[in-house]
Amino acid sequence: METPNLNYIKEISGGDLDFEASILEVLKKEFPVDCLIFEENFNKKSYEEASNNVHKIKHKISMLGLNEGLQLASKFENDLKKCEVKLYEKFVEILKKIHVYLG
Amino acid sequence: MNTIVIDDDAAALLIIKKLCDSYDQVTVNKEFTSAIEAIKYLNTNSVDLVFLDIHMPTFSGFDFIETLKTPPKIILTTSDKDFALQAFEYDCVVDYLLKPITKERFHKAILKLDNAKKDEKLNTIVSSKGDADFIYVSVERRLIKINIKDISYVEAKGDYISIKTKVKNYIVHSTLKKIEDKLPSNLFLRIHRSFIINITEIVDIEDNSVLVEKSVIPISRSNKGELMTRLNLL
Repeated sequence: METPNLNYIKEISGGDLDFEASILEVLKKEFPVDCLIFEENFNKKSYEEASNNVHKIKHKISMLGLNEGLQLASKFENDLKKCEVKLYEKFVEILKKIHVYLG
Repeated sequence: MNTIVIDDDAAALLIIKKLCDSYDQVTVNKEFTSAIEAIKYLNTNSVDLVFLDIHMPTFSGFDFIETLKTPPKIILTTSDKDFALQAFEYDCVVDYLLKPITKERFHKAILKLDNAKKDEKLNTIVSSKGDADFIYVSVERRLIKINIKDISYVEAKGDYISIKTKVKNYIVHSTLKKIEDKLPSNLFLRIHRSFIINITEIVDIEDNSVLVEKSVIPISRSNKGELMTRLNLL
């Protein structure tokens, strides 16, 4: 089972620790907000908006090396446009994993 | 190249800016989380390159391109493969980068950009063959003929430009961009926001300035690389 990691961020940073810290700071700040907005829209059944929220979150999923998570998020993003919600729980599991990782 | 980055995701902005840091030819002047803010910026600033996210709320990357009369070179950045065909319908689009963007893929995009720039320059030189050796400028209701080869440099001065020739200095109501389009690119080069010089008239070059005839003219950091490649260096 894949777990969040910093491999991609470290590859881009080339050892620049300030850059790595800046990215992590942004992720820690933005990720919980992105998730809250997604939950709000999903609960209101504003699926088009929720799909846009998933789109924004999925870049963060990919940055943390979750390739399977990225595929699931892409599928869920498209499903939401058709008001199809069956991947919701699996998507939330990914979000929880990232929440724990970012601490 | 003067560059801006547009992405509604702050982490993506940081990553693209970091990737650009490795390339001297790309200078990121500003980053935007909204395409509308970027359009406002472009109303008063000219840029050579835009890294543009396609999927943004309210105003997409494609809306942004459609808004521009003469769009600069654009490298699209996106998490979706689905827009690739639509993207290349725009002549200004040089490449299409899928997120997360790797260093290797980014490098390829910069190579494509360099090639696109070279092709553009070649076309300019070819198209200027057979063009007139003179330009006419309007000064105090008279049209004055200036031999292009006699121009040493052109300086922007507010709503006017000052054209310095070997014999005289002309103040003309125009912009640097307009005269830049009229001058042959094999002879003239913009080395600063406010200066175009005739590269055959350079006397010497110091760190951040160039001597043209008796005038010291500043060189922008972003233009210095281009100037150095154009010189016949020993």
